[in-house]
Amino acid sequence: MCGIVGLFLKDKSLEPKLGEMLTEMLVTMTDRGPDSAGIAVYGADAAGQGKLTVQSDDAERDFASLAEDLGTAIDAKVSLYQKDTHAVLVAPADKLDQMRQALRELRGNVRVMSAGDTIEIYKEVGLPKDVAARFEISKMGGSHGIGHTRMATESAVTTMGAHPFSTGPDQCLVHNGSLSNHNSLRRKLRREGIRIETENDTEVGAAYLTWKMQHGSTLGQALESSLEDLDGFFTFVVGTKDGFGVVRDPIACKPAVMAETDQYVAFGTEYRALANLPGIETARVWEPEPATVYFWNH
Amino acid sequence: MIMQTIDLEADGLRALNATLHAQKDDTNQTSWEVVNAKGSHAIAVGLDAPIEVTVRGSTGYYCGGMNKQATINVQGSAGPGVGENMMSGTIVVEGDASQYAGATGHGGLLVVKGNASSRCGISMKGIDIVVHGNIGHMSAFMAQSGNLVVCGDAGDALGDSLYEARIFVRGEVKSLGADCIEKEMRPEHLEILRDLLERAGADAKPEEFRRYGSARQLYNFDVDNAGAY
Repeated sequence: MCGIVGLFLKDKSLEPKLGEMLTEMLVTMTDRGPDSAGIAVYGADAAGQGKLTVQSDDAERDFASLAEDLGTAIDAKVSLYQKDTHAVLVAPADKLDQMRQALRELRGNVRVMSAGDTIEIYKEVGLPKDVAARFEISKMGGSHGIGHTRMATESAVTTMGAHPFSTGPDQCLVHNGSLSNHNSLRRKLRREGIRIETENDTEVGAAYLTWKMQHGSTLGQALESSLEDLDGFFTFVVGTKDGFGVVRDPIACKPAVMAETDQYVAFGTEYRALANLPGIETARVWEPEPATVYFWNH
Repeated sequence: MIMQTIDLEADGLRALNATLHAQKDDTNQTSWEVVNAKGSHAIAVGLDAPIEVTVRGSTGYYCGGMNKQATINVQGSAGPGVGENMMSGTIVVEGDASQYAGATGHGGLLVVKGNASSRCGISMKGIDIVVHGNIGHMSAFMAQSGNLVVCGDAGDALGDSLYEARIFVRGEVKSLGADCIEKEMRPEHLEILRDLLERAGADAKPEEFRRYGSARQLYNFDVDNAGAY
């Protein structure tokens, strides 16, 4: 099972409503994935600034004085805004890697959900409506976003097992399906020096894309080669700074529906997720073809 | 004849299906419409009365599954498994149908006016399916009997491991599955096609189609065929 929703806005006037629209889409997919949920939102690009979205199981302790401590460590102004178990750390973009390193040293328990100029990833265990409410997703604006509702099959129900998974700066991956060669691939990727934290199959998919891109592939090329190297069932949706991409395995038994109007491109595991979007009655609605990589970019 | 309207959002799925199931052979409420479908699952499943049901909007999984006698019209697109295991009656989808449309159907007529996705008519057992557009890969896999008519093109591995269902395609076939071959179109096949095209409102001539069927080489195990399984 699992449910995926995605929304890419062409009409800028809808941007303040991105979070609200995505939240409604996400909640319709609750019965496909009631155990955990996550969302990646791409917001405004602040010149020269980058951000890390981080998570802690002990947020009060870990986030207290974190901005000051990191600021001292990297010798730059760091700001922090906390949302429940997550916090977004904003710092000069050229110091982001340094900040990540400092974070590992200063707060070993804090996990990085996403890194980049515009991406923020929020994910937790619980019903999609509760997860969305905890992070006030419906109040967020942005140009595009991806959400996921998880029904776990391959690994435990934990925060780190929830989707989206970060695959690189301003990139993320969500997955519906199950990979069957993730154990051998995980061993191979770890030998290559790729950091993989959980026993989750999708994290291996995300790490695979990261590894391919580190070796010179574009995201599109990495997705193309995933059709060869990943065994199992998948519909992947990937988020990038400019838009999102979709690819389904050659068997394509995991459902996927797309809709496009002058105002947006939307993805849903089922049509139900799209049913309340504006102008859906006259939208072009279709299913993405198997083993075909699609991209929508600003 | 007065049309009865059921609002799926207000009344709920159980009320909808219970109301339709309560209709018997001699019901005088023969015309129904379902509004606010919004992709809901299991709309009008298990019907068994000569009634007409019009669904306004697109449907989710298994619309019209197990249908007997009823005529169901989906004024939108249908999600996976439309008309799955239907026994008789008619289902017409005005838009597209998702994967495994008409799967395991025993009888009746399923018409898709747009395209049908992968696995259309998988394991069909006597149903007739007419698709005005194209069909996806692995369609009519292990199809046992009935007719699959495709006015457009067919995807990969058409009719893989086919039994005795007939497949008629007007356009291109991307590839044939194991044990599926093109066969001669005889007069009786043209008659079957003419009747189905007419009943499905398809603007196509029987002579424009090619017929595909089973080569019957996989029915009994032959060690020389081991590679084909």
